[in-house]
Amino acid sequence: MDAPEGVWAHIAVMAAVTYAIRLIPLLILRREIRNPWFRAFLHYVPYATLTAMTLPAAVVSAPHPLAGAAGLLVAGALALRGHGLLLAAAASSLAVWLAQLALPS
Amino acid sequence: MSVPARFLLGLRDGLPIGAGYFAVSFAFGIQARAIGLTALQAFALSGGNLTSAGQFAGLAVIQAGGGLLAMALTQLVINLRYCLMSCAIAQRLAPGVPLWHRFPIAFGVTDEIFAASVAVPGRLRPAYSYGLIAISWPGWAGGTVLGVLAGDLLPGSVTAALAMALYAMFVAIVVPAAKADRRVLGVALAAGLLSVLCALAPALRALSEGTRVVLVTLLVAGGAATLFPMKEPADGRA
Repeated sequence: MDAPEGVWAHIAVMAAVTYAIRLIPLLILRREIRNPWFRAFLHYVPYATLTAMTLPAAVVSAPHPLAGAAGLLVAGALALRGHGLLLAAAASSLAVWLAQLALPS
Repeated sequence: MSVPARFLLGLRDGLPIGAGYFAVSFAFGIQARAIGLTALQAFALSGGNLTSAGQFAGLAVIQAGGGLLAMALTQLVINLRYCLMSCAIAQRLAPGVPLWHRFPIAFGVTDEIFAASVAVPGRLRPAYSYGLIAISWPGWAGGTVLGVLAGDLLPGSVTAALAMALYAMFVAIVVPAAKADRRVLGVALAAGLLSVLCALAPALRALSEGTRVVLVTLLVAGGAATLFPMKEPADGRA
């Protein structure tokens, strides 16, 4: 297939917009925020964002919904018992791989 | 903790990120080749953007022959969640960190690096962020190039399993925090429920995943902040 036209310009625009979104808040919010509402808001942002990114995506994007669910359960169980990111990620990947073998596709 | 030790810690915590990135960007490379990008273009795209959903959407815009304005708007909508993440990171950075550190740190604000950054107890130090970026970036850019050049080497079942590493990481960050604090548990439950509802509801299903994440975050974190405002001065984590 021929390369689409203007790819380099598109790549540059993408990178510039994405970087600006990431950089501007970091440059503006230089001081600690005192407002109790906004402080609490930013404290809860990570947990709301991470959960919203995981559900339902982890289940829907898996090759089989049950494989995705198995991966989440393994990660959740290990995290609950105080294991770190690396082990949870590795075991969860393994669980998805095994589940794919066991499940009819 | 010394600067090299923090950097090494970042490398270690970034290992699952790099592995997961490799798998996802491998898939991205395959798709980039399918619409006619060269390995160099795909490398520049991944290396310069470091974002999954935004890049896949960007490929769609390029393929559809969309203009640069359409591209800019697409990226703005899909990647707006990074704005919230950067706000949160700005508040967690240790006081007294020189301003210039914010430029490279901003470049590395991705879902996963953000997740690892907010999981560190206490304040965030630049060296830790650099460790995370140093292992994630090669995974993302390298996986892309390999995907373009050798798309059919890894079986699909392996890529799918590796891609799960990213979600597992999110879970491993939220679960301990939810265990320690009932308010965080409430936030996670509400966000998960709302996100699933948004994905299923006929009227909201058309929203892109990025928009959905922003919407759910604003509603849930906003609601939680209204119920439980934080008065005490920050020490990084409450």
